[in-house]
Amino acid sequence: MEITQATAAELLRAMEQNELSCVEVTQAFLDAIQTRDVAVQAFLHVDPERALQQAEAVDQKRRNGQSLGRLGGLPVAVKDVLCTQGQPTTCASRMLQNFVPPYDAHVIERLKAEDAVLLGKTNMDEFAMGSSTENSAFQKTRNPWNLEHAPGGSSGGSAAAVAAGMAPIAVGSDTGGSIRQPASFCGVVGMKPTYGRVSRYGLVAYASSLDQIGPFANDVHGAALLMEVLAGYDSRDSTCADRPVPRYTERLDQPLDGLRIGIVEEHFTEGLDAEVESAVQDALKIYESLGARIEKVRLPHSRYAVATYYLIAPSEASSNLARYDGVHYGFRAQQFSNMVDMYSTTRGEGFGAEVKRRIMLGTYALSAGYYDAYYLKALKVLRLIRRDFDEAFAKVDVIAGPVSPTPAFRIGELVDDPLAMYLSDIYTISANLAGIPGISIPAGLSREGLPIGLQLMAPPFEEERLLRAARMFERETDWHRRRPKLMLTPQAGE
Amino acid sequence: MEKTLTREEVEKVAVLARLKLSDTELDRFTAQLGKVLEYVAILNEVNTDDVEPMAHAVEMKNVFRDDVPTPSLSREQALANAPKTDGKFFLVPQILEEV
Repeated sequence: MEITQATAAELLRAMEQNELSCVEVTQAFLDAIQTRDVAVQAFLHVDPERALQQAEAVDQKRRNGQSLGRLGGLPVAVKDVLCTQGQPTTCASRMLQNFVPPYDAHVIERLKAEDAVLLGKTNMDEFAMGSSTENSAFQKTRNPWNLEHAPGGSSGGSAAAVAAGMAPIAVGSDTGGSIRQPASFCGVVGMKPTYGRVSRYGLVAYASSLDQIGPFANDVHGAALLMEVLAGYDSRDSTCADRPVPRYTERLDQPLDGLRIGIVEEHFTEGLDAEVESAVQDALKIYESLGARIEKVRLPHSRYAVATYYLIAPSEASSNLARYDGVHYGFRAQQFSNMVDMYSTTRGEGFGAEVKRRIMLGTYALSAGYYDAYYLKALKVLRLIRRDFDEAFAKVDVIAGPVSPTPAFRIGELVDDPLAMYLSDIYTISANLAGIPGISIPAGLSREGLPIGLQLMAPPFEEERLLRAARMFERETDWHRRRPKLMLTPQAGE
Repeated sequence: MEKTLTREEVEKVAVLARLKLSDTELDRFTAQLGKVLEYVAILNEVNTDDVEPMAHAVEMKNVFRDDVPTPSLSREQALANAPKTDGKFFLVPQILEEV
């Protein structure tokens, strides 16, 4: 078995049957990071020593016959937006360049409790604001399928790490598409759970009413397994749902009888790339051949989703990011004339352009005289967007469609046109606004050889249905088994 | 909602947001934020007369916990990331004038 191309389930089985030790598996991924990440630049910090120590501890437990957690030695990459005790957590921002959290995020505690091996922290758009990972203050991550193209974002590092076989599973966060869009661009599985399904404790906040943590993997089973570990109640996040977590992997291979799939008329209008559209149509034919019924549904307010998002998210961001004032932690400017000037200079020097733009936009939308016209208006449209979904899900079980209007764009292509960049999230943003779960699964390759994802969405807390529907498609296709050339041709030293 | 954004307004918002922006940034943001505001004006098409604002997708009531003391960070841990500290407090520039 080529370790770095294996699925989570294959690796777990090999370790359980003592064909591979956890140290061997971890070392293989650390080696892959060393050779491949020179080109891909997915990781911001890797701690090989610590990872190998954790791996050794897992092997020791196995040798002693002790029971192991559900991730039993699986290496995992984590987006650098999640606090890790004693390890840097930068949010790819100069503001947090030297920040070392004194506590673990809830999901990091869960990963450790289930015996995952933490490989390192992955690159992202600064404070999770962006759709290409180009807004990182430190490095540009490249799409493993074509290094001239962006991996998507904001969780571009996690998506690229899985796509390039530098981690079998990874954790990201999704506020407007930040898991699903990079998953689509990089040809891996990525899921945004229902709002409240995963605790946000220790997730550095961007837009708190929309942020949600979720899994990446190279197949649906891996995403389901990681989801079982991430999900669950935590009293430290008051928006976290207190309801049982299903064993998503258990019934994953049982197809859904009489599945009704909704397609949204508004998704297939101008702006949708022809190759993406035909990949979606092909996927629908596969579902039909499996006995699913395809029905048209309408989401009449979906055309307002991007505008609604770019009022609500920046408003929340302007408030959340007020904490970076150079007093308690993070960067502080060297030269300033007084206290207020210290705040402004620190923030002016510490934040990158996109973060500043969103803080400005949010401050404007919340300021006296504009609050009703912008912020309050957006919250009202939000209710109409949610109502559309409730009405659609009265008729269908899941909604299928594109993830992003195009395959991965080139690095630098949209960087000076914020609005065009915002529109690359046009199909994913609604799920965050409505609070519903969505998944991106590999469903094709463009003529240029870039991955195309299929998005499925389900009603709140129907992650199990979503994963089973995704698995139905995956069983019939081999898109998830394709690997970028970068992985197939060994690099120097490999 | 339709009026265009002026450079003076952007300057004012930067003060509110405590962001020191360069002249180049002010020019660029005036144009870019203006474009975004023009775009979000499509929300004016939507009749929201009888619609209640929705703050959260999963609407819930206040969640209270019992008021029980639990361990928190030590002073050392809490100060560990401070840009400036004397080991007891976070240090900031003087804010009161001497008399």
